[in-house]
Parts: sequence; structure tokens; C-alpha cells
Amino acid sequence: MTKSSRRRALALSSAASVAALLALTACSSNSSAGAGGGSGSGSASSGAITLTEEDYYGSAPQNTQIQGVLNECGTQVGVKVVHSVVPQGQLMPKLLQQAAARSLPDLMLVDNPDLQQLASSGGLVSLSANGLSTTGLYPSIVSAGSYQGQTYGIAPGVNDLALYYNETLFTKAGLTPPKTWAQLTADAKALTSGTHKGIAFSAISTEEGSFQFEPFFWSAGGDLKNLASPQGVQALTLWKSLVDGGYASKSVVNWTQADVEAQFQAGNAAMMVNGPWQLPVLNGTAGLHFGVVPIPVPAASAPAVSPLGGEVWAVGHSNSSREAKAVAMVKCLLSPTISVEWSKDAGYIPSNEAAATQLSESDPQLAPFIAEVGTAKARTAELGTAYPKVSTALWTALQQALAGGMSPQAALSQAQGQAGS
Amino acid sequence: MLSEKALAAAAAGAAPRRRRRLTAWRAAGFMIPVWAYVLCFYVYPLVSNVKMGFQNYTVSSFYTGSAPFVGFANYTAVFRNPEFVAVVVNTVLFTIGSLAFQFSIGLALAMFFRRVFPLNGVLRSLLLVPWLLPLVVSGTVWRWMMYYDSGVINQTLLHLHLISQPIPWLVSTNMSLVSVIVVNIWVGIPFNMVILYGGLQALPEQVFEAAAIDGASGWQRFTRVTLPMLRPVILVVLTLGLIYTVKAFDVIMLVTQGGPAYSSQTLTTYAYNLSFNQLLFGQGAAVGNVLILVAVVFAGIYLRAVRDSGGDRR
Repeated sequence: MTKSSRRRALALSSAASVAALLALTACSSNSSAGAGGGSGSGSASSGAITLTEEDYYGSAPQNTQIQGVLNECGTQVGVKVVHSVVPQGQLMPKLLQQAAARSLPDLMLVDNPDLQQLASSGGLVSLSANGLSTTGLYPSIVSAGSYQGQTYGIAPGVNDLALYYNETLFTKAGLTPPKTWAQLTADAKALTSGTHKGIAFSAISTEEGSFQFEPFFWSAGGDLKNLASPQGVQALTLWKSLVDGGYASKSVVNWTQADVEAQFQAGNAAMMVNGPWQLPVLNGTAGLHFGVVPIPVPAASAPAVSPLGGEVWAVGHSNSSREAKAVAMVKCLLSPTISVEWSKDAGYIPSNEAAATQLSESDPQLAPFIAEVGTAKARTAELGTAYPKVSTALWTALQQALAGGMSPQAALSQAQGQAGS
Repeated sequence: MLSEKALAAAAAGAAPRRRRRLTAWRAAGFMIPVWAYVLCFYVYPLVSNVKMGFQNYTVSSFYTGSAPFVGFANYTAVFRNPEFVAVVVNTVLFTIGSLAFQFSIGLALAMFFRRVFPLNGVLRSLLLVPWLLPLVVSGTVWRWMMYYDSGVINQTLLHLHLISQPIPWLVSTNMSLVSVIVVNIWVGIPFNMVILYGGLQALPEQVFEAAAIDGASGWQRFTRVTLPMLRPVILVVLTLGLIYTVKAFDVIMLVTQGGPAYSSQTLTTYAYNLSFNQLLFGQGAAVGNVLILVAVVFAGIYLRAVRDSGGDRR
């Protein structure tokens, strides 16, 4: 080795080690800066603020419409908004990681039963303290967005579940849409032939499964604090009899609500449990004639109780100027014109009661959904931050009964054990 | 960068009696990047995970950064959970089922491809496809194929009149584990075949000729000559396969998501479920640590196997 080449080797290696040390310090400090990305790059010296936004709208029409309202409000408020989409199951873990890195997005649209848990992390800006009002909104969605007396999330639009039915198939079979469970079972049976099933619903092992089961559970008089009550067992027995009888596919344990919609759209299911957000796509399907009725109830006297669905806008802590802009954005997104426009395009019900009532007169398809919203229950109303745990136990019970051959009573008793522990 | 260069030049130009110390510095210069890499990407996360296993780490801990130490509470909670026993049984069945079939099919194929026949090379490369495809692609396709009503497997079997009722691949708690094992076997065959084929190629031909002259039958040659000589390779394949299988996550997540009702849950998906669905980060970390311990034990066995086989050759 010549002197110069040795020198070069030493220079190289020491340079490399310095670089490595820099990397090491970067690694140890990235818990406060690295993981979040994005939001730190905001307030550039030019004066224009760029806000970050996260939601889980992965499909049309919501994912395209959201960009429109964000641009509209961005222009009004004078900010640029960077919109990003995360798969539904990953949004909460991601937000929690970002909360750890103190780099929550400025704006986020989270599922309403998750809001209280996110608020309990301390990373959200109180919207009520910043002068946002919830007057005139459905009380159930207001309660879902509140945590310890403060409002942290407000929904531009809400949704719930109802029963879609294929008019063509019903007319051909000479049937009318069901109002009670007995009629539902009879109709489902009559409309089943081979791979064409009477009804489709989602019993998947995510929040969607619980959400779909809750209208039956609550309409029967079930109580989330006591999953294994006779009423709860009755509701699960209905679902199990539909699957065991072959009137609903065994695949319901794998189907998301989007899969359920695809089955209905393709004519493989004569009825389905689903929400108003499917209306824009279904209305655009050539040759499909369908109607919507409220969820059937055990006995005709009681009204259907649907869970309240929908996402709420929340603002993450950053610095005062960014927070002010983000709050202004939320104010704009919740303004009557924008929120009604958004609800219409995305297939949601305006969260403003008066606006919804007005809409129900002009839109017969939405009317059954709007009628149910009045009695719809927020999933976190009774359980608060304990809801996700109970919901996990509930969807597990659905799967045990529908795919595991367990009796509804045994499955729900086991679930109550898990939820109570 | 410039200043480091100047510094290095100054150091290199120093008196020759410093040469030894310089050599040490130089060695350190080459070692530090490696150590930095290991510390940053292996030790730091590992230590964090071990620490998290002893903490009551909640959603708000993410934001406040403080989580109280709770000793072994996470471990007792996990071990006492009735689900845990089922998960361990699943993991053992998944591992043994996958390994047994991956290995025996892989070995049979490796023996087969030792023969000279037309298109040998083409067929052998085609068998590597499962290994080359991204698992997201093959896993998703397998899930479609296994659908109850419309999946191609059930449709084919029904049309051939081999079954009268569709097989509930993904929709029964009794079948889901079998389904993920089937997919994992398919994924693992190429790995076993390639390594065993390589091992077989390295065996000396004369021994087989000698055995044949001595009148050994084909089966005798296989059990008495091939298998003993292949032993070091077999050990490596099995231990590596075991580590890969115990930590398998993507296959299960893609095909069944561990369901229905946790019936195909293994330790990896259980840890994920605890941490990210139930948000019990401490318990998730505890399961992760158990998994690390299992992997470390078998990694030790693997290293020993490799060292022993190296010794044989010497």
C-alpha cells in the first residue's frame, strides 16, 4: 500500500464513520421528527401554509369528492391542502404513531367511534374551545364527537344502515319488501336458488361487521354492556339461521360492505344491508332496479335502531397559526352549503337536522335512511373509549356463530367474557 | 466532508510511531458504520420492544411518551388468555404442517430433477415462480381461488363431481388453518427444492456408483447413502424453514386475516392484532418477545448446524 492510497483509505473510512454517526443521531431523534413526515414542511417562508389531511376514503365517489371540497375550502381559507388516503384498518394505528411523533396531520377525517379514543391521546385540538358550534346537528353525532365535555370531532355528514332490495327479483317472485324478521327470513328463502342468495350482509372481523350487526342487535333490544342477553342472542340467531339455511352465503364472514354491495349489484343477492353511501354507485348501474326500506324489526310495533355511521373532522395539535388555519378549514367544511354539497355527492345524510329533513322530502331514496337517523345510536354513547374492545368481542362472536358452528348463546357469552375482562 | 478529509490527511501525515494507533483507528473507521447500522436498526428496536413488553403502553403513551412499568403483568395477561393456548397450538400446527410438506415435496422434486430429461431446466425454473412472485399477488390470487361460492377451486371440484358441497376454505373455523398451510406449502416448496437440489449436486457420483455395484437398490441408496450425506444441508433447510415459517405473517394476513374468529391466528398475527386492533401495545410486544425468543433458539441451532457442516468438510 502506498502512502497516498493508505491516506485515501483512512479518509474514506473516517468519512464513512462520521456519516454513520450522523445517521445514528438521526435514528435516535427520529421519534420526534422522522416518522410523521409531511406536516413539518408546512409554513414556508413564502407565507402560504400547506396543511396535511388524512382520511380512509379508498373508493369512488367519496375519494374523488373529498378533493373537491378540500380545494374549495382551501381557496376560501387561503391554504394549500395535501390530501392522503390510508386504508381504513390502518388509519387509527397510523394516527396513533403520528401522535407519538407529535406530527398528527392538521386535518383528519376519522370514523366516529374512534374519535374519543384518539382524543384521549391528547393530540387533538378542542373544536368547541375554538368557537365551533354544533347547534342544529343530530345530538347523537355531537355526542360521538365529544370527549370529557369538549368537542373534538364534528361530522359534515352521517349515515346509517337500511335494507336494499332488488325490485326486479321481488316483482318476479310476487313479494313485497320485508318489515319483520319473519318476513325477512321468508323472503330470503323464497329468493334463494343455487348461488343466487336471498340476502347479503357483512360479518367481517372488523368494525364493519359489528356495525352491520348492531341494527339487528339494537332493534331486538340488545345492550352492548350485556352482549349475551336473550335479545342479543335472538338477533344472532336470526343471522345464523339465514347463513345455515343457505339464504345468505357462508362468505359473509369475509365480506366487507363494499363486497356486499358488489354481490347485490351483480344480482347475486336479492337484498342487502348497506348504507346510503352506496347510492351514487348503484344509481349509476344500468339495468339495476332497487328500493330501500328500513331494517326489518322483530315485531312490527318497534322502530328500527341503526348505529350512527360517518366520519368526523378533527384537528391535530401543531402550532397556533397552523391550528387556526385548520380550524378555519373545518369551519368551512362544516358550513351548510359545503356540508350539504358533500353529503349529496358522497351519499351521506347532512348532519344538520333541518337540512336532512328538507332533503328527505325531495329524495325518496334517502328518506328511509333519514327517517332512521333520528333514532340512530352513536356506538360510543354508552361505552365511550371502551367501545372498540366490546366491538372486537362482538364481531368475534359473529364469526364464531356463523363460521365456527358455535351456538349464538355460547358465542355471545364468550364475547361478554372477553369484553368484560 | 472537506474538514473530515483534512483531518484524515493530517492524521495520516503524522509520525510513523503512531502507525499502530492509526491502524486501530482505521479498523474502527471500518467497524463503526457496521456497528452504527446494527445499533440503529437491530439493537434499538429490539431493546424498545423488550422494554415495551414490561410497560403499560396505551394510546395516550404515544402522545405523552410516558408508560408506567408493570413488571410481568403483560406476560401473565397474555399467558392466561385462553386465546393464547389456541394461538400456540395453531402456530405449532402451521409450522409442522408447512415444513413437513414443503420439505418432502421439495426433496422429491430435487431428486426428480437430478435425472436428465428434456425440458428439465425449463420445468425447474417454472417451479421457482412461487418464490419470484410478490406474496401480495400470489396470496390475493389464492384467496380468490378459495372463495366459497365463486372460487375456482370449489367450482372445478364441483364440476368434476369430486365434492357435492363446496369446501369452506376461508369461511369455516375448522378449515381456515388448513387453507393457510396449503398456501404456505406452495410458497415454500421452491426454497426447499433449490437448496436440496444444490446439496444433491454437490454429492460425489462415485459413492452412488459404488453402492450400485455393491447391489444396493434405489430405495437403499436413497435412505443409506443420499440422506446421510445430505444431512448437513437438510438441517440447514429445516432450521431456516422453521424460522421463516414461525415468523410468517403476510401469508396469513392476505389469505384469512387470521380468521374467521381467530381460527388461523398464529403468534405473529396475534401480536399484530393485540397491538394494532386492540391497541394493547404492551401485550403485543410481549407476544413479539416470545416470538423473538423462539426464533433466537432456532437461529442458534442453525448456526451450530452450519458450523458442524463446515467442520465435516474440513
